[in-house]
Amino acid sequence: MSDAHAHSVAFVRETSLPPAPPPVAETGIVKWLRENLFATWANGLLTVASLYVIYLILSATMPWFFNGVWIASSLAECREILDGTTGGCFAVLTERWNQLLFGFTYPNELYWRPSLAFVMLFAALAPVLFFDLPRKLLIFTGLYPFIAYWLIWGGSILVPLFALVGFIVGYVVYVRLEKTSFAAGFFGGVGAALVTWAIGGYITPFLSGVLALEAVPSRNMGGYMLNMMLGVTCVSLSLPIGIALALGRQSSMPLIKWICVIFIEFVRGVPLITLLFVANVMLAYFFPPGTGVDLFLRVVIMITLFSSAYIAEVIRGGLAALPKGQYEAADSLGLDYPQAMRLIILPQALKISIPGIVNIAVGLFKDTTLVSVISMFDILGMIRGPILASTDWNGVYWELLGFACVVFFVVCYSISQYSQWLERRLATDHR
Amino acid sequence: MSTTTDPQGGTFRLSMLLNDTRYRSMTLQAIAAIVLALALLYLYSNLAANLRAAGLNISFAFLGSPAGYDINQTLIDYNSQSTNLRAAVVGVLNTLLVAFLACVTATVFGVLAGVLRLSNNWLVSKLMAFYVEIFRNIPVLIWIVIIFTIMIAVLPGPRAFRGDDATSSMLFDLFAFTNRGVYVPGPYFTRGIGGEGGSIINWLLVIVVLVGSLFATRAVTARANNIQAATGVRPKTLWTNLAIWFVPIIALLFILGLSWDVPALKGFNFAGGIKVGGPLIALWFALSIYTGAFIAENVRAGIQAVSKGQTEAASALGLRPNRVMSLVVLPQALRVIIPPLISQYLNITKNSSLAIAVGYADITATLGGITLNQTGRAIECVLLLMLFYLVISLLISAFMNVYNNSMKLKER
Repeated sequence: MSDAHAHSVAFVRETSLPPAPPPVAETGIVKWLRENLFATWANGLLTVASLYVIYLILSATMPWFFNGVWIASSLAECREILDGTTGGCFAVLTERWNQLLFGFTYPNELYWRPSLAFVMLFAALAPVLFFDLPRKLLIFTGLYPFIAYWLIWGGSILVPLFALVGFIVGYVVYVRLEKTSFAAGFFGGVGAALVTWAIGGYITPFLSGVLALEAVPSRNMGGYMLNMMLGVTCVSLSLPIGIALALGRQSSMPLIKWICVIFIEFVRGVPLITLLFVANVMLAYFFPPGTGVDLFLRVVIMITLFSSAYIAEVIRGGLAALPKGQYEAADSLGLDYPQAMRLIILPQALKISIPGIVNIAVGLFKDTTLVSVISMFDILGMIRGPILASTDWNGVYWELLGFACVVFFVVCYSISQYSQWLERRLATDHR
Repeated sequence: MSTTTDPQGGTFRLSMLLNDTRYRSMTLQAIAAIVLALALLYLYSNLAANLRAAGLNISFAFLGSPAGYDINQTLIDYNSQSTNLRAAVVGVLNTLLVAFLACVTATVFGVLAGVLRLSNNWLVSKLMAFYVEIFRNIPVLIWIVIIFTIMIAVLPGPRAFRGDDATSSMLFDLFAFTNRGVYVPGPYFTRGIGGEGGSIINWLLVIVVLVGSLFATRAVTARANNIQAATGVRPKTLWTNLAIWFVPIIALLFILGLSWDVPALKGFNFAGGIKVGGPLIALWFALSIYTGAFIAENVRAGIQAVSKGQTEAASALGLRPNRVMSLVVLPQALRVIIPPLISQYLNITKNSSLAIAVGYADITATLGGITLNQTGRAIECVLLLMLFYLVISLLISAFMNVYNNSMKLKER
């Protein structure tokens, strides 16, 4: 019986089967390829087409790049070394390195000064860009413009020193008077700074030898240095102006509002190049007769006005994005307008506007190449002018233009990556 | 700040101008007005003094005098004896031409790249990301110079097309890419109305017919919609619409005797056809790919802004994928895409002023370049130049705002 029973139960598995490996098509690299590259016929065709495009690009550039000649004194010599094979003539970069970076009239023995200023720029920017760094470093950031001016332009240290003293005096007066009212503090500070600068302007010509570096006039500056100088100066100058314009545009006072609106819309409606024309041929007419304001300063003025209008629009967006409750809360606390703006509104609005401001900064930095059109020798002006026109390097287009692309790409791409990082960092909403 | 204020009664004190909110904004505005007036007066007096010292005056009479220079690419008749004003008009038309062409192609590039960047295909989306990052982060002026260099340094001269052992040949025997420009077949009418000079009338006729077809197809679609709403059955409109589009225009072109003037090598250069100059192509193409990268980002953001629930809801209603796209996703995405697209079009128009770097005769190069240098009328030229761009910018914004308003969410 028991036998019969034993036979009636066919088979009972007591252990579970080991898991079978997934089908080959559903695992590992094959699955990835199937899902991401060959999901459908059309997709597969696209993949093949893309691979072909990549092949075309690489096959055109790789031999050119890796077979390049880095040491030669002219294009002819370069071609001799290459001897008919494909290859770039990167020797132009090594031979004209200093010209590309500093322009062709900056004194050779003084290259260390702008280089030092460039290195110090990173130290000055670091505490602004990364909030985790100790706040004390901001003191160096505050000093940097004056140090950089002294290093790049040279001359007596008294000029930047008096400029600095003017700011300090203005700040001290502002702090003193600010307790009575913001307006008194602000205008008192500005007045005190102006008085200091006037005194300084009167004194410095007599003491021009004090701690003087060799002076270099702005017309001798060029190359990538000029792009960096224009970009950094104009962005930092246009921030406060942009904030003022944005607040003015939001103002309830019609006259102030319309002045700001007309200025912003006018500047945004015309191309930068026309403003550079203004700087080049027209602005000199508006200065007092006899004052020869140099081209660099005129260009800085116009680019600053240009970018401040764009920054104003970005900040206005930030202001508009704040809930109305913030304004009302500030009012209900009894804060007056300057206090409400400084303590409640602007910190939040600026935080929202940071990505936009960074975008404007990147755009502005790229636009500094436009000065080559009004015959300033920035990096593009150097390439198209003195270097390509020289008998040694006439015809070395791709190496030079490629270099310009690389230096701009590196800076702009890192800034935009920083902006994305900052956006993630500042995102305080919970998701 | 003062904590208590005595009731002021009817008396008015000077300090109330700053401390009383009723008067403060008036005071501040009065101060602003005075400061502004003083600043303008100061600038004006400087200007007047400088002009007097240089022996100049402000006058627009130079616009009527002969320009005295040639322009290689013109849309209207122009020679060196034409006035400066006409040179400026040639420049205006050239600006509008390149801006229009670049807007169209930049939109095509941008939409393609933006959509492809969202593709499931890993390689394609990475390739598009590469395109966007490369072109966004390098100045447009460098791109213009690069493409212009390709035009003049890489493309062969007309000589290379000559002889039995020609090193270059024309594409399909229709297009010639040379370092002097690209030659394409030019259409003309053998039986056109108005003889030699009447080509504009003929082209207007073509445009009128095309616009007529557009309205006719819209009417057909509207009728189909009405029938569908009334009966539930949508009549087939595809063949009717195709017929409305193609039959009238083909008939018209046949009546007018459309013919193609194919460029051919004559002597040392190509003759016949339409010559598109190297500077125009460089500017057009560079602006298109540069701005296309920005538009791609706008398109991507716009499509991503439509939540997935919308697509799913549309599918749940039983719509097919292409109708989901055209009826649900696209209308909502366009609402996000259009405002930044407007500013990209504005940017193209403004960036077209970089023509001066490659010698394309737009308004900046004619009025702001050669005319300015020849007449020395810097202030007048720059003012006119700014005025032109300002008007164009305002017009584009106004036009696009109208469109934007018609697209935006109707809230009731």
